[in-house]
Amino acid sequence: MNMVNAINDALDIKLYDDKNVIVYGEDVGVEGGVFRVTEGLQQKYGVTRVFDSPLAESGIVGTAIGMAVAGLRPVVEMQFCGFIYPAFNQIISHATRMRNRSRGKYETPIVIRMPYGGGINALEHHSESMEAIFGHIPGLKVVVPSTPHDAKGMLISAIESNDTILFMEPKRIYRAIKQEVADGKYTIPLGKANVLSQGSDVTVVAYGAMIREVQRAMVMAKEQGISVELIDLRSIYPIDRETIAKSVKKTGRIITVTEGPRSFGVGSEISQIAIEEAFLSLEAPPSRVSGFDTIVPLPRGEYHYMQDPYKILYEIERIVKY
Amino acid sequence: MFKEYDPLKNKIFRVMDDSGKIINPKWIPDMKVEEIVTAYKKMLFSRVADLQIVSYQRQGRIYTYPPNYGQEAITGAAGAAIRQNDWLVPAFREIGTMMAKGVSLKEIFLYYMGYEEGSNFKNASQVLPVSVPIASQLLHAAGIGYAIKYKDEKKVVFAFVGDGGTSEGDFHEALNFAGVWKIPVIFIIQNNQYGISTPVKMQTASSSLAVKSVAYGIKGIQVDGNDFLAMYRALEEGSRLCLSGDGPVLIEAVTYRKGAHTTSDDPTKYRTKEEELLWEERDPLKRLKAYLISKDLWSEQEEEKILPQYREEVDRQFQEAESFGEYKKEDIFIHLYSEMPDDLLEQKNQYDRFLQWKESRFNNQKK
Repeated sequence: MNMVNAINDALDIKLYDDKNVIVYGEDVGVEGGVFRVTEGLQQKYGVTRVFDSPLAESGIVGTAIGMAVAGLRPVVEMQFCGFIYPAFNQIISHATRMRNRSRGKYETPIVIRMPYGGGINALEHHSESMEAIFGHIPGLKVVVPSTPHDAKGMLISAIESNDTILFMEPKRIYRAIKQEVADGKYTIPLGKANVLSQGSDVTVVAYGAMIREVQRAMVMAKEQGISVELIDLRSIYPIDRETIAKSVKKTGRIITVTEGPRSFGVGSEISQIAIEEAFLSLEAPPSRVSGFDTIVPLPRGEYHYMQDPYKILYEIERIVKY
Repeated sequence: MFKEYDPLKNKIFRVMDDSGKIINPKWIPDMKVEEIVTAYKKMLFSRVADLQIVSYQRQGRIYTYPPNYGQEAITGAAGAAIRQNDWLVPAFREIGTMMAKGVSLKEIFLYYMGYEEGSNFKNASQVLPVSVPIASQLLHAAGIGYAIKYKDEKKVVFAFVGDGGTSEGDFHEALNFAGVWKIPVIFIIQNNQYGISTPVKMQTASSSLAVKSVAYGIKGIQVDGNDFLAMYRALEEGSRLCLSGDGPVLIEAVTYRKGAHTTSDDPTKYRTKEEELLWEERDPLKRLKAYLISKDLWSEQEEEKILPQYREEVDRQFQEAESFGEYKKEDIFIHLYSEMPDDLLEQKNQYDRFLQWKESRFNNQKK
């Protein structure tokens, strides 16, 4: 099963489970979404539960807030990360504040699903990785799966949560990774990182489509005799300080691999955690492999911007030798 | 009614004239006389409260407040028309309707005194807290409307916005979604002529705000918002349409903000004395009072008798709010997530350690 199938499976399970779950967004109904993630769901659950909304991102998130307050559990889709900005006001001004504003009277159990990230030769505005700006919003949870198995379990957790959750889907690996995914319902707790490989020389923290790039770099690093500990962060916020701290105390070195612009990014936050939690264990400065503080170039120039196994290997060797 | 007053005809719906005389008997609402008197008394109470809040603000006992002064017929009529199981999605100038839904004046005071607790309406259900970002709340109303329709409930959403809000993208998106979804929402524009200092003619080139409904394929009407009887009738009709599946509805209520935008604003900078005097003639309370007096349902004597009682009641609730007690700092942290993330808990603990340090370091010194 690939990630598209796994997400579809999670939606199917929750739509079946709970009549309050409603799925909508641009083209998610008849067409099943531009990436076919919601394919077949409208046929199965009808047009009042899975439907196409007018083309308006603020409208989609804003109405989801009203539905949630009135007892539904909307799961909405933003067609691309680059198109979420009209909805930003509804997220930062209302979805993430309603419980606090009403001192617990109203909750907003909303999942905003959104493909993100580059490497698919797309038009402008289709390749962004802007998780950092969402991680900065109090009241929001931001999560990113890296495998079909995780995508299914994390999405079910997200739909069952009473919080507003931005569920970012690494579209570059939507269909690229296939694995066995358990049938039926299972959950993966949000906010917990996953140590994918144990290692002793350096900790690498990544998530989403970057995991695969790091794993390729690790094959080359191993040939050089370098042992890498790989952490799949899985949740941008809340961030799993404990897992990061424990690993850095062991390896003494940390590199973050993220797709978005470097400054004020997720890598910066993780570096700060390493400094606060493991200052005396550090044998090299925390390091960031990331996009530039530039606009993502159009497809011809995009490889300059993207993180690939070579950029990651370069940094691993540099930090291990530091 | 919506046909007779089709916004394309550029006709305003009125039942009484500026002196309180019935000019449109066909559309007098079917209300018992006691109900009209009760509504008038509630409008009077909301005006007394509103004026007193402004004076508390001048005394430094409350923070910034947006006065409702002059718009009481709209919020009073909505208060009379809204039912307990209907939803209210306010903007921020609707204390009359909020109180009708069961929000206490004390809670309204608490909010403007700077306590979030003022938005946890203890005895009011299905009322959203005030929404400060202009027009953004209309989308919540549309979402609630969808939920009502989905669950097949017999409820209506009363959603408010000002004239300035009609320029926002969310106004368009909300009316568009609501039109497509055919949901039971009454969108009420309180057209009080100004968005802070900007007059309506700078907001739109449309012939009215009600006419915008035509493009969304929904029913719309322009109503004299200072005419309680017309407002009530229009809302009642809107409610009826919504309940029979013929919503949504857009009501433009034409009124005048007699007060400032908020207590931080100075309207003398952007409007004239003449204009204010002209609207003084159309004051909603004055008009309804004249109507009631002409019908022998109310008198100046009764009003003189009741006003001190209202002032006392407002003051009593204000004092209750003032003695609410200390701001609980834990509340800053506990309502962000269904469970507090470890990182946030650590930030809270860190702050507690700082406060302990400050206490031991500086309070000891004083002694």
